[in-house]
Amino acid sequence: MKHLLNSPMVKKMSSLHFVIAILFISTFYVTLCNLVFPEGSLLHVSDYTVSLLGKYLCYALLALAVDLVWGYCGILSLGHGAFFALGGYAMGMYLMRQIGDRGVYGNPELPDFMVFLNWTELPWYWAGSDNAFVMILLVFAGPGLLAYIFGSLAFRSRVSGVYLSIMTQAMTYALLLSFFRNEMGFGGNNGLTDFKEIFGFSLQSPNTKLALFIATAVALAIGYAISHFIVNSKMGRVVTAIRDAEDRVRFVGYKPQHYKVWIFVVSAMLAGVAGALYVPQVGIINPGEFSPLNSIEIVIWVAIGGRGTLYGALVGAVVVSYAKTRFTAIMPEAWLFGLGGLFVLVTLLLPKGLAGLVSNLMDKVDPPSKAKQSEDPALQATTAENK
Amino acid sequence: MLRLFSLLFFCVISFNASAAVSETQDNSALVALVEQLPSTKLNKMAPLIKAIAATSTPQVQDILQPLMTGDLYYLKSNKQVVAAHKNEQNQYQLTDVLTAEVLPAVAKSAIKKVRTNNRLRGQIRDLLANLDLTHQDKTVRLEAVKQLLQNPNQTGITSVTNLIKGEQDEQVRELMLVILLIDQLDTGSTAEKLSAAQQLSGRLESKVKNELVKQLDLLPEQPENEELRAVLSQSIDDIEQQATVYGLVENLFFGLSLGSVLLLAAIGLAITFGVMGVINMAHGEMMMLGAYTTYVIQQMFPNLIEYSLLMAVPAAFLVSGFVGVLIERGVIRFLKGRPLETLLATFGISLILQQLVRSVFSPLNRQVQAPQWMTGSLEINPMLSLTYNRLYIILFALMVFFSLLMILKKSSLGLHVRAVSQNRDMARALSIKSSWVDAITFGLGSGIAGIAGVALSQLTNVGPNLGQAYIIDSFLVVVFGGVGNLWGTLVAAMTMGTFNKFLEPSMGPVLSNIIVLVGLVLFIQKRPKGLFPQKGRSAD
Amino acid sequence: MIVDKHGSPLSTLKSDSPDTKHGMILYVEDVSVSFDGFKALNDLNLYIGDGELRCLIGANGAGKTTLMDVITGKTRPDTGKVSFGQQIDLLQLDESEIARAGIGRKFQKPTVFEALSVFENLELSLAGDKGIWNALFHKLSGEQKDKIDEVLTTIGLTAEQHYPAGRLSHGQKQWLEIGMLLAAEPRMLLVDEPVAGMTAQETERTAELLTSLAGKHSVVVVEHDMAFVRSIARKVTVLHQGSVLAEGSMDEIQENKDVREVYLGEEQA
Repeated sequence: MKHLLNSPMVKKMSSLHFVIAILFISTFYVTLCNLVFPEGSLLHVSDYTVSLLGKYLCYALLALAVDLVWGYCGILSLGHGAFFALGGYAMGMYLMRQIGDRGVYGNPELPDFMVFLNWTELPWYWAGSDNAFVMILLVFAGPGLLAYIFGSLAFRSRVSGVYLSIMTQAMTYALLLSFFRNEMGFGGNNGLTDFKEIFGFSLQSPNTKLALFIATAVALAIGYAISHFIVNSKMGRVVTAIRDAEDRVRFVGYKPQHYKVWIFVVSAMLAGVAGALYVPQVGIINPGEFSPLNSIEIVIWVAIGGRGTLYGALVGAVVVSYAKTRFTAIMPEAWLFGLGGLFVLVTLLLPKGLAGLVSNLMDKVDPPSKAKQSEDPALQATTAENK
Repeated sequence: MLRLFSLLFFCVISFNASAAVSETQDNSALVALVEQLPSTKLNKMAPLIKAIAATSTPQVQDILQPLMTGDLYYLKSNKQVVAAHKNEQNQYQLTDVLTAEVLPAVAKSAIKKVRTNNRLRGQIRDLLANLDLTHQDKTVRLEAVKQLLQNPNQTGITSVTNLIKGEQDEQVRELMLVILLIDQLDTGSTAEKLSAAQQLSGRLESKVKNELVKQLDLLPEQPENEELRAVLSQSIDDIEQQATVYGLVENLFFGLSLGSVLLLAAIGLAITFGVMGVINMAHGEMMMLGAYTTYVIQQMFPNLIEYSLLMAVPAAFLVSGFVGVLIERGVIRFLKGRPLETLLATFGISLILQQLVRSVFSPLNRQVQAPQWMTGSLEINPMLSLTYNRLYIILFALMVFFSLLMILKKSSLGLHVRAVSQNRDMARALSIKSSWVDAITFGLGSGIAGIAGVALSQLTNVGPNLGQAYIIDSFLVVVFGGVGNLWGTLVAAMTMGTFNKFLEPSMGPVLSNIIVLVGLVLFIQKRPKGLFPQKGRSAD
Repeated sequence: MIVDKHGSPLSTLKSDSPDTKHGMILYVEDVSVSFDGFKALNDLNLYIGDGELRCLIGANGAGKTTLMDVITGKTRPDTGKVSFGQQIDLLQLDESEIARAGIGRKFQKPTVFEALSVFENLELSLAGDKGIWNALFHKLSGEQKDKIDEVLTTIGLTAEQHYPAGRLSHGQKQWLEIGMLLAAEPRMLLVDEPVAGMTAQETERTAELLTSLAGKHSVVVVEHDMAFVRSIARKVTVLHQGSVLAEGSMDEIQENKDVREVYLGEEQA
């Protein structure tokens, strides 16, 4: 019984509560400051900031999704931007239909770009897109289906490591090219934009923005809890084992491909949800979201935050995105230097990311006592670097 | 013996004399005609121009050419007819059209233009073209015949009828025959039409097909025309069949040239990835550096554009190779055995290099010039011509490929590289400096990417994003071909290129690109080790 | 998928447990494998009895590891038949299905899940449902915990049970891997060079362990250490160039003319 109390599971529980508490407090604080304090007050949080924070939280959810497959299962996906974008397009289609006859051409049925292309009716895959439930279904089903098809093909034929990474990149690249085409029926180059309202609430209204921010925080909390549950279940241990020695897992009797597909699909759905929440907050979705560079940026968030620790992914996403916002405002030229430098430095010097740095520092400040030593290594075990 | 010589001597003298006599005769006639030019009214010009052309003197070209282009003037003072060109001082440089004597430059006010109009200009063009039909240089004659084929006119056809017997050159004579046959098809009797249509079958000139189709369309629906109709259709079918064949050949050529570009892009990667197992996401940027090296060399030696590519090849190899060695020494060697981290770090390097180029050269595309010998095309027949730049790229890619193959197979460097790639510890035990070999191998791969960049500078825009466009494709080529197998890379590149180009006409470039991508993803999932996998227990 | 809810101790494939009516648990018949023209296995025939302890010896490249690969599904033979019991055609199954059918394997180079603790390594190896849903909602039963504790005692790693396996010494990893085999309770164990890197005492313990397993399980051991083979072997099979050269007791093998010529002769030279 003793080992259960000392086991990482119990220790980890507190990290879940900790993250959710921080999320709750900061969301509450932002909401309060946005609503209660008047503009101009020192404590006021502007609507712009609320949307910006909402965006960061979407990124955090996306980073969580990547961490789940990369940090825990060793699948370095350079195509998670595709799942994000698909979720975004599912939401975008719904928002497009909500415009109704308020578009430039005033067509009650067809979105503007279709009228522009002289289409007379909605393509079949737009059927039901004005229904919120269909949209929500699509947000999960679109990315999930793609991940399932791609994953079951790739993992069954045991494509792994670098090959898989390149394949995922090719996948998102192919989607990028496809969505640029007008014939695809997703607005081509310009994508979907000019949204008016969501579930009947105007997207311009500060209250809607605040609500979207809160919804994103809730989604992130749920996503975090789910991920936390997964990585601390036996599933998490199987998946970690797959990361470190896939062949060996097979000889123990597990089918790694099933586990990989499963976690890939779950991760893709999380990414899809992030995309769906992102679109109404930034007001546009276009094929640029499929660009391989975007997907790789997500990976760097996770790498910087510390893969293999869920909270690391959140921290990485928020820190890097914030840095990007600041940097591109002050000296846009330098951003790519900075991002590129981050890639190199983090991989060389901080293989465990910020999370690893923090835990190293903690060890120095508070060196583990003799008694703690027996449990400490086990804690580190889950964050041990990928081989 | 002496007799023979003197005889010959006399012959030559007398021949020269007679030629000189006829020349002076013609000349006096020409002088008289030219003197009329300034005073003749526009509506009387046509016969005058014809008469000038009819003298068949060497000067005719010098008179009619400037007349056509509007550069023929006469001096207001003495009505002397001259060709005039504006010089840098805004004065007019004069040349006497009869004597080719260069006269002092004058102001615009001293001269007056000999007037022409469009109809006359057209007439002059025909006359000049027919003049060329008798030119001694057969390439000029060939051009003239082609010109006539495209724009037939009665005078031309008449002279061709006269000239065809005496024509020595096979190619020119054939084209002349085609011109006459087309004329016969147009104006002849039914029997003549029939024979013309038969003889025109299988000719590849686009004009021929157009004429046949036109005749078929014009043919009244009558029973007596049925035979002619059948022959016409048959000839058109023959031509179309040939066109299909040559279309395929052309597609194949395009495919091979695209394949060569892919090969050039992928081959460096085949070394760093295939031999060393290092994934280099900055590989595309090595190509970009090569392309920019070409640009810099052209800027440094603006007078040596013809040789710029020859200079750029070694320069690009050194520049990209040097950067490659730096990357290996500075980053990659610390990430041995961690392919995913290497991928991320080199991706970071690619971002830095892109931004560096953007900061140094501007984000806009740079213009890299093509030397003379890269422009133009090799005409195989009227339906198939191969552009020189694509042709050279194919040759160049194969050259690079085989030299690399030789280096890896025959040189001691190659031996070391292969030894290290197969068993690092063993190689080290045999006192091969594996770290040195790694650096050189990586430099070699990057240098070849630089060379690929030189070639790419001739095909696409040279900009900071040049490399990105190729990185995914080149990885797919290497993986498709089978990692560690250079021959596989060759076959894969050519297959992908050809496949892409054959899909393109029916699908458009974007969709065919997507289809090839998706196809490859599926293929690699079916056969993860590519076309030519390395087998064996150690390969797992 | 065939799932055994009750976690039967021997095999998850209850209805498909190997049929050993004829006393044989493994049939390898006329198996050939070639890599790029090199014949790793050449018409090899091998039969392992139920509960038998068999040693496989042979020079490097004789095909020992390839044979293991074929039995466990890692390598597909070009020709031949491999069946587990009379009815389970192993060539139709993949590695994980073969493992679940009851064949456990210990690798030449110890591979454990380094990021997981010793305890977790054993937990994953336990016999039972290896499906996704089970993995998500699985809770260790008291019985299973007892089983893990028992294995921990056997392999002497009770004190290190919460260490990440990556921190163990080479010998301890060997033991952990053996422990993982024990936890899985396979019907047949394939053990590739179990005592490499072990001290003399550990070697002795391993020998004891393997002999005690025989009877309840079938055990196939590949080993270079002749003293070790002699200490455990009842029956030895000598492989040479992908085929069986000789079979019999250790003494018989040592007297065998072919073996002396080919194998021992080489070693003495």
